[in-house]
Amino acid sequence: MTDPAQPALLALLLPACAFLILAVVAPLRRRGRLAAGLSVLFSAGALAAAIAALRLTAGMDGFSEWLWAWIPAEAGPLASVGVLADGDSAIMLVLVALVSFLVQVYSLGYLSDESMPALGRYYAYQSLFAFSMMGLVLAPNFVQLFICWELVGLCSYLLIGYWYTRPEAARAAVKAFWITKAADVGMLVGIVLLWRHTGTFNFLELLQMADGGAIPLAGLGVITFCIYLGASGKSAQFPFHIWLPDAMEGPTPVSALIHAATMVTAGVYLLTRTVWLFRLTPDVMEIIAWNGAFTALLAAVLACVQTDIKRVLAYSTVSQLGYMMAAIGAGFASAGFLHLLTHGIFKALLFLGAGAVIHAVGTNDIFRMGGLARKMPQTAIVFLVGTVSLAGVPFFAGFFSKEEILGAVLAGGFPGPFAMLLLGAFLTAFYMFRVVFITFFGAPAAAHGADAHHVHDAPPFMALPLWILALLCVGIGALFAFWHPKEEFETLGWLTPTAIVVAFAGIVLAYLVYQRRAISADALSRVFAPIRAAALRRFWIDDVFSFIYRGLMLGLAKVVGWVDRYVVDGILNVLSAWTLIAGGSLRRLQSGRAQDYVYGIALGVLLLLVWVRWPR
Amino acid sequence: MPLYAYLTLAALLFAIGFFGVMTRRNTIGILLGIELMLNAVNINLVAFARFNADIVGMVFTAFTIPITVAEVALGLAIVILMFRMRRTAIADHLDILKG
Repeated sequence: MTDPAQPALLALLLPACAFLILAVVAPLRRRGRLAAGLSVLFSAGALAAAIAALRLTAGMDGFSEWLWAWIPAEAGPLASVGVLADGDSAIMLVLVALVSFLVQVYSLGYLSDESMPALGRYYAYQSLFAFSMMGLVLAPNFVQLFICWELVGLCSYLLIGYWYTRPEAARAAVKAFWITKAADVGMLVGIVLLWRHTGTFNFLELLQMADGGAIPLAGLGVITFCIYLGASGKSAQFPFHIWLPDAMEGPTPVSALIHAATMVTAGVYLLTRTVWLFRLTPDVMEIIAWNGAFTALLAAVLACVQTDIKRVLAYSTVSQLGYMMAAIGAGFASAGFLHLLTHGIFKALLFLGAGAVIHAVGTNDIFRMGGLARKMPQTAIVFLVGTVSLAGVPFFAGFFSKEEILGAVLAGGFPGPFAMLLLGAFLTAFYMFRVVFITFFGAPAAAHGADAHHVHDAPPFMALPLWILALLCVGIGALFAFWHPKEEFETLGWLTPTAIVVAFAGIVLAYLVYQRRAISADALSRVFAPIRAAALRRFWIDDVFSFIYRGLMLGLAKVVGWVDRYVVDGILNVLSAWTLIAGGSLRRLQSGRAQDYVYGIALGVLLLLVWVRWPR
Repeated sequence: MPLYAYLTLAALLFAIGFFGVMTRRNTIGILLGIELMLNAVNINLVAFARFNADIVGMVFTAFTIPITVAEVALGLAIVILMFRMRRTAIADHLDILKG
């Protein structure tokens, strides 16, 4: 076995099998633990296959593509399905398979209180998600990518609304679905336009055309912008980022898998995959860079005022996705992709750690936690590892990739976004350590004082994935310290010290404010009162969206409804009323007496005779 | 006797029958009127057959008479049934066809 497409296809099909079995065999699904075991087993197989695919691609140069015709046409198939295994897709495949597997194991502990049918449903969705996401990663063309893109969106909707009896969860699911769907319309338009422009959906053919300069540049900007629109919806870029914080209504493992590590990075992955196309349109690249940096800063500010631990992490995810987008926009996709991979690991770790805390304490509010480091030391350690990775402390996974992004944005000639990202890095360190100090250190909150003896470290099923991810964070950091990835650009000498100083400044500020209380948090919030007030209202972006929805769309719906009710229905009602009136007066002719009808017949015959014999 | 004499007789008979059908209140009277009209047609058929030396009209009449008899029998049966159900044989009271 030397072809990486073979294990990649296996990794793709194993979760599909698990989903099909769970979907078709209802008795198995209703016995939740059995279903969970099956799903975990298949996803372990998928992980092994993905690692095999990665090893094979590492050994070879280039790619391996397997295609099957799907929509046949005279001059070659119009659309095909298959797998495209190369370095990028194989490593992304491993990330998806790994996080998916760990999250499924973790869910065994986290969702142990669920009813059995609900658990079976959960694992069926999880398997479907793993399949869809891998299909997206391995997609060799835009058609398969779009189908899988929508499938992961569907899984996101289903899993956010997993506790569908809770109105907030159902509402958040619908919100996520609608906003990403609105963005996906742009993407669909972009894909179709691109096909009309070039005549193919296939990535490799498009790449060849782009390299050969065979793609006409006129009108290409609209196409790439449309595709970027779809990517920004899925990757929660401004102004579509509003669905992601609400998506935290789903179970925490779902947030870790879908809304931190894999699905939300699909947009970044797509842009990495097709960056040669975007390079042809520098204007769009500039938009991507600026919007990415703006999103990163905006979300970082928003994260500073949240009190829900999952929402802090959600805004942090939005912010980090902004970093990745900014790097891609600056023209260095590999820096963004590197951050995607490390972010996938440490953000999954942070979410799963937060899940362990929530599972133990029973609340999302960080001010009702406090002093948890004593009671759950293991969770505190792994959460701290994730936090320092995210904050950009040297020798942890996030440090290198974030510095790479900062260097890439500067090298790409974007000093403005660079400054925004640097400020964002400071805020990242600040808000993450704010959470750490409030949650794990400091005085225990009174809220859980009464049932403090319940608070304990996570059960083994939950602890194991946490430790694996934490070790990976440290391991990747150590790996980068010795073997630095090949750089595409010159990194300025002062960048590394600056990044370190910024990160530590954020940590120290958080320490002074929330641990030593040397600086009063109230004083700090008074200084930044306008920003704080705006951030608490989420910068009115949700309000703008709800105005668009409630004001414009519902207004339009009302007008259309009025026209339908009074104009269209009115015409029909008048016609039917006339028919009724005419019928009502004509029915008087029907006396029911046979002789009257004879009169009628006689009259008719007479008229006929007159008509026939009328002299002409 | 010329043909028009027969035809005039038949037309008169038909007119009398039709007048009866239109004016009689009693259902049996109406049936009698219908009989008269049918027989007027029969006279026409026989007269044309005789004057054209064509046997077909005679044969037609030979069929029409039994059918007429059967029709009268059926009509009377309906009238009797109607009388049993509605206790009347007056046509004006039988307005169940009313829409």
